[in-house]
Amino acid sequence: MGSLDEFSLPVRLFLRAYRWRRIDPVPWTPLAKPLAECRLALVSSAGLVVPGQAPFEDTIRGGDVSFRDIPADAEAGTLIDTHRSASYDHAGVRRDPNLAFPIARVRELVQRGRIGAVNHRHLSFMGSITAPGRLIRDTAPEAARRLVADEVDVALLVPV
Amino acid sequence: MCNQAVCLVAAELERQGIATVTVQLLRVVAERVGPPRALCVPFPHGYPLGAPDDPVRQHHVIEAALRLLEDGALVPPVLVDFREPMNG
Repeated sequence: MGSLDEFSLPVRLFLRAYRWRRIDPVPWTPLAKPLAECRLALVSSAGLVVPGQAPFEDTIRGGDVSFRDIPADAEAGTLIDTHRSASYDHAGVRRDPNLAFPIARVRELVQRGRIGAVNHRHLSFMGSITAPGRLIRDTAPEAARRLVADEVDVALLVPV
Repeated sequence: MCNQAVCLVAAELERQGIATVTVQLLRVVAERVGPPRALCVPFPHGYPLGAPDDPVRQHHVIEAALRLLEDGALVPPVLVDFREPMNG
């Protein structure tokens, strides 16, 4: 299990005093059909971008709540780590972005028939959002609208 | 913070009709934030699916997450600890 002890003392003190945003009531969408018939999208907060996209910003107060579309056919090795946090080891993700953005793994799941299809795009955020008001109000609803328009059935979300 | 961010996005996806499962690296955060379906993994930050260049292990975590989507008996908020398969 990840632990708060992984972090530096100032980060630990911040996190201990932090007021986490409770999701209440908890929204719930049951699976409506077998996964083998479902279209899946990935959502990761590892701050990955494809070449040509703007990197995430670490100078925005409260965090960068923007997100990027990642084409589903992008090769994992082309994804660029622009997450600015010094609170975790970036070496694993830089070596194999599938570790936090399993773009090749989900294509394999389609080949195996485990899921029906991969959406034509996945979504990439950067964590380190200490003030998530704009995420809740603006960018998360916009992200959801895009995936609904794509007729996505299920999403796998991966932090870093 | 990464853990909370994906939980909050998951909640919005569920509100708009997309079923979600969220990997979580910190159980204490998952308990406090309460996403619809969370799979808590025993890995350090930076390694949410276990290890780089290890597709088999990454698939084990993804498969465990997908099973939460398929389990019709679960009641939200769902918080399940990932366990490595016994025979690889």
